[in-house]
Amino acid sequence: MRWVNRQMRRNDRIVLGSVPVALLALVYLIAAVRRHAADPTDKILPLPDAMVRAMTALVTQPDPLSGQLLFWGDTLASLQRLGLGLGIATVAALLVGLVLGVLPPVRATFGPLVTGIAVIPPIALLPMLFIALGLGETAKVALIVIGIAPVMVRDIAAHVAALPREQIIKAQTLGASSWQIMIRVALPQAMPRLLQAMRLALGPAWVFLISAEAIASDIGLGYRIFLVRRYLAMDVIIPYVAWIALLAITMDAAFVFLSRRLFPWAHGGGH
Amino acid sequence: MSTILSLRDIWVEYGDKIVLERVNLDVAAGSFVSIIGPSGAGKSSLLRLILGQEAPTRGRILLDDMPLTPECGPDRGVVFQRYSVFPHLSVLRNTMFGLECAQAPLTARLFGQRRRAAEEEAAEMLRAVGLGDSLHLYPAQMSGGMQQRLAIAQALLKRPRILLLDEPFGALDPGIRSDMHALITRLWHDYALTIVMVTHDIREAFSLGTRVLALDKRRHDPHAPHRFGATAVYDLPLRPRTPPPASDDAAAA
Repeated sequence: MRWVNRQMRRNDRIVLGSVPVALLALVYLIAAVRRHAADPTDKILPLPDAMVRAMTALVTQPDPLSGQLLFWGDTLASLQRLGLGLGIATVAALLVGLVLGVLPPVRATFGPLVTGIAVIPPIALLPMLFIALGLGETAKVALIVIGIAPVMVRDIAAHVAALPREQIIKAQTLGASSWQIMIRVALPQAMPRLLQAMRLALGPAWVFLISAEAIASDIGLGYRIFLVRRYLAMDVIIPYVAWIALLAITMDAAFVFLSRRLFPWAHGGGH
Repeated sequence: MSTILSLRDIWVEYGDKIVLERVNLDVAAGSFVSIIGPSGAGKSSLLRLILGQEAPTRGRILLDDMPLTPECGPDRGVVFQRYSVFPHLSVLRNTMFGLECAQAPLTARLFGQRRRAAEEEAAEMLRAVGLGDSLHLYPAQMSGGMQQRLAIAQALLKRPRILLLDEPFGALDPGIRSDMHALITRLWHDYALTIVMVTHDIREAFSLGTRVLALDKRRHDPHAPHRFGATAVYDLPLRPRTPPPASDDAAAA
């Protein structure tokens, strides 16, 4: 049988998918054990028990300085920034993208501006944001918004503009105005694409979040990673990175679930 | 019968390419006009003119003796070959869309009593096109023939002065197509429709229409083929309006 025709059953897929992950963990363990055999104080490749010990302190014991459980404080602060940034960018993408996509005069007026903003590397704007908005939460959230919103706007606008012309004509022959076409024809059909755009924007959003936290912050997952880097604390950095990955995967899965749940017509309609 | 639509000396040009030239046409109320012709003869351009999707380069179009604005409106219904229905709405909501737009300018949604009235009206129309059992399906769950039935029901609910069909059955299987022929003939008769249909299928054009219009170029310049446009080279009146043959097409989907 040709490889292109080999469909995997669900159980086989789970087994196959976990093999590379297990292999990677195994390779890491072997390397870590060998390093510790040569030098028991090695910090570069910590053993699992060291990670557990370091993380237990962060997860369960309050920080003597601030009285906070650092791990949960970091997680909450980062998720709050990420959520705010993603939320604002999503609302902007929906409103601006919809109007740009449906109304040609608006597209002609603001399309070039959006394209222009989208090509600026957001990190290059970070100093400007810090100067203008200070070092607080606003600048960090603004960086995420500026980083992901233009791409999302363009994606939604392009998707809406690509709706079959026949549908727009048909709606008009049924008596729909521009406004009615926007809210009843374009908006609902943009929603699944919006969730898709949010999924794709999550990656860059994390990048901008960690960047902002690394440069100026006093709490957050990115801040902690960059802080403990000074002490070569790989036993904290590795679990933190794994935690970030887990959070990202969970959000991604949640978006897929939401899209299937809310817009069944966009997923083959459940034949 | 009275004239519902007249085209007076219509020209359509795209740049220096002439698509239609000197088209004069009077469509009588209650007629079923089939438009045939080779590809590129301007059949769809003519339909877009009547629909209001495009304006003629020269000439006038009159609907009920009023000049036509070059914009689509609810007085002209349309069914395209594809993409005529909204994929995100169920069959019932698709059909109600026209009523909701007319009755709720701001929200385009109806609630309570008015919503139930609209649902009832839409359901009745859907039963007339044979979709009475599929009210809550989404278009993606239906066959091509059922989607076209839905598109027809959507259009008819607005009681358009003219129904425009742009190769409506071109993408359907032969068996389904003959069901659809029986359906459109019955609806044309029951609702006293005026229909203009563009088709590639000459048999379909003659079996459905009361009048067949063949578009083609009268003149041909081999050195500049784009400089002569098409016009109606044949205009064949077939028969007066007759009751459709008895058929039970509503059962077939």
